[in-house]
Amino acid sequence: MSSAVVHDPRGFALPESQRAIIRWTIYLGFIALAVGVVNGLGQALNYAGIDILRFFPGMRTYYQGLTVHGVFNALIFTFSFSNGFLLLTTARGLGRKCNDTLLMAMLATLVLGGLLASFAMFTGRASVLFTFYPPLQAHWTYYLGLVLAVVSTWITSATQLVMLRAWRRENPGARVPLLAFLSIATYVMWDIASAGIAVEVVFFLLPWSLGLVSGVDPLFSRTLFWFTGHPIVYFWLLPIYVSWYAMVPKQAGGKLLSDTYARVVFLMFILLSIPVGFHHQFTDPGISNQWKFAHAVLTFAVFFPSLATAFSVMYALEIGARRRGGTGLAAWFLKVPWNDPSLSTQILAMFAFMLGGITGLMNASFNMNQVVHNTAFIPGHFHMTVGTAVALSAMGIAYWLVPYLTNRKLWSERIAVVQGWLYFVGVLIFARGMISGGLMGMPRRTLIVAAPYHKPDWNLAAALSGVGGTLMFVAAMMCFFVLAMTALFGEKTEPGDLPLAETIEGPPATGWTVSLDRLGYSVAAVLLLIALAYGPFLLHHFPPKLQSPGYTFF
Amino acid sequence: MDAKRYERIFLSLGAGLLVLFLSALVYAAVGMGIHLPGHAGELDPRMLRSTPPFDSPGVRQVAPGSYEVVLIGQAWSFAPNEIHVPAGAEVRFRATSADVVHGFMLEGTRLNAMLIPGEITELVYRFEERGEHLLICHEYCGRGHHMMFGKVVVE
Repeated sequence: MSSAVVHDPRGFALPESQRAIIRWTIYLGFIALAVGVVNGLGQALNYAGIDILRFFPGMRTYYQGLTVHGVFNALIFTFSFSNGFLLLTTARGLGRKCNDTLLMAMLATLVLGGLLASFAMFTGRASVLFTFYPPLQAHWTYYLGLVLAVVSTWITSATQLVMLRAWRRENPGARVPLLAFLSIATYVMWDIASAGIAVEVVFFLLPWSLGLVSGVDPLFSRTLFWFTGHPIVYFWLLPIYVSWYAMVPKQAGGKLLSDTYARVVFLMFILLSIPVGFHHQFTDPGISNQWKFAHAVLTFAVFFPSLATAFSVMYALEIGARRRGGTGLAAWFLKVPWNDPSLSTQILAMFAFMLGGITGLMNASFNMNQVVHNTAFIPGHFHMTVGTAVALSAMGIAYWLVPYLTNRKLWSERIAVVQGWLYFVGVLIFARGMISGGLMGMPRRTLIVAAPYHKPDWNLAAALSGVGGTLMFVAAMMCFFVLAMTALFGEKTEPGDLPLAETIEGPPATGWTVSLDRLGYSVAAVLLLIALAYGPFLLHHFPPKLQSPGYTFF
Repeated sequence: MDAKRYERIFLSLGAGLLVLFLSALVYAAVGMGIHLPGHAGELDPRMLRSTPPFDSPGVRQVAPGSYEVVLIGQAWSFAPNEIHVPAGAEVRFRATSADVVHGFMLEGTRLNAMLIPGEITELVYRFEERGEHLLICHEYCGRGHHMMFGKVVVE
């Protein structure tokens, strides 16, 4: 039955020098998350009418704090975590070490990018939020910093592909181990998806901020941004799906249903994640309703692989729970090992993600989007997706990952379990507040505490956001505390292994599924789909009319 | 447990629901005429003040029961800031931005759109009842963003 294992069954550990780089990449991610979360508390309390941001060192405005919150949580944290985690899983899946130079370059560009962007943000030169819509113009160090952070993800992808090529040479005709396949597919999707933001920043915003060109085309830039801006959510999510497919079944005592199923789901993400960006621009002028509708249909389609994931993960949990004596139609759920903080935290993240997914579908609902666009509904939604499905799962993964990388025991399982629940309850309260406020017209990204048009109708919603956000903050701090104590004072243990699941149906050695491993077919298909979904718009807007001068209204 | 069968049922139900939701949206667009902003023209934002109709923002009657509102979003106000229209009339908003990206959200209605420099945002709406609607800029546009609002008075 060992053929049904998702990884190199001989076992593999990276040399210590490479483990150290992975470890620091993960630490960097959680440090970034901590910096962002501190600012997040300021945002949540602002909605509740409490202004604590003016006590923060170096923070002059709410919008400066909001920029830091977005950049550190949505970009630096997610990039660091994905780079570190998926390089480790690729190495483990293929049983090979990484290229030393590439690994070092990955961390160096990430740190340098983070520092440059931090300089711009903390000195008040880039309070343009993490979406940086021109013609608001940030300092060039902000744009360069973000580019370098993206370059670090490309280096990660290159590192993976170098490993894959070497593995294929040594294992001609063999199926790529699932763990490595999922990890590499995630980055291949992102390589294509990140082209939009790379072109926007490198060819337009960076030269414009340096004064080399006099103007930018705001709509064209927004479109390039959202070309990347939607698939980036799958780049945040797919590393978590790697855990949900390849690790959570093991942690729950179950098995993954099917190797082929998992591969097909990830290929669907490569195919469908990208040509959906107009659903962030439903209310934009200058894009016709037909193309907006085409993107809406594709957005509904990319919901499907997440539905499939829900089935597969629940199935694995059920097998595990029934093995542990669980019975009944739903009562088996109580037999899931809830005392394992890594698992319980990720299951809670899945529940939040169901609500996050449903609200996401509402956002994607074409004309109905007008009810919620740019209201507090949107942050209500995405704090359940990236803010919980991703962030809380990453905390759960860290509860085995940091012990694995340090050869230490988790410092306190009990605090870790409580932390997950507290965060989960916090986000439900927070999202309930933001969503109801949004439906009553409360705008997002607004210093609501000082808005002269503030309405009493919003008070309950705003208070709930403040309470929920505070709980999330406290829970996140508990997580950072447990991780720091583990790294510093955790009890020393023997080197362990990643929690790796087995599959019920392994990868067939022959037949049509073999071609699933050739990512080139999916890449060709998605390029064609992108050409169809974006082609007419790009043809109309290219070359962009460079016309808007920059404004620094912050 | 017959996993394959449950898988098929679950995924078919899911796909069916997605198709059903999409059909509802198509009905809302075609049957009920609820549209999103689309192509309504482009202009050079540096020449905005001399480009008709934005050289004279304001409300004007274009036909009996039909009004046009020419609106400019700018840091951090709307011009005009207070808009008066009669109940029951068809109102066509033609709006754009004079500087950075702004938002146009008319509280209590479904009107929600972006104002992007160089692009004309066109929205058509019929206010059936008298009353006041708060007009909020809901896109971050600089440190005074939360001060940017206006109102539409339906008389």
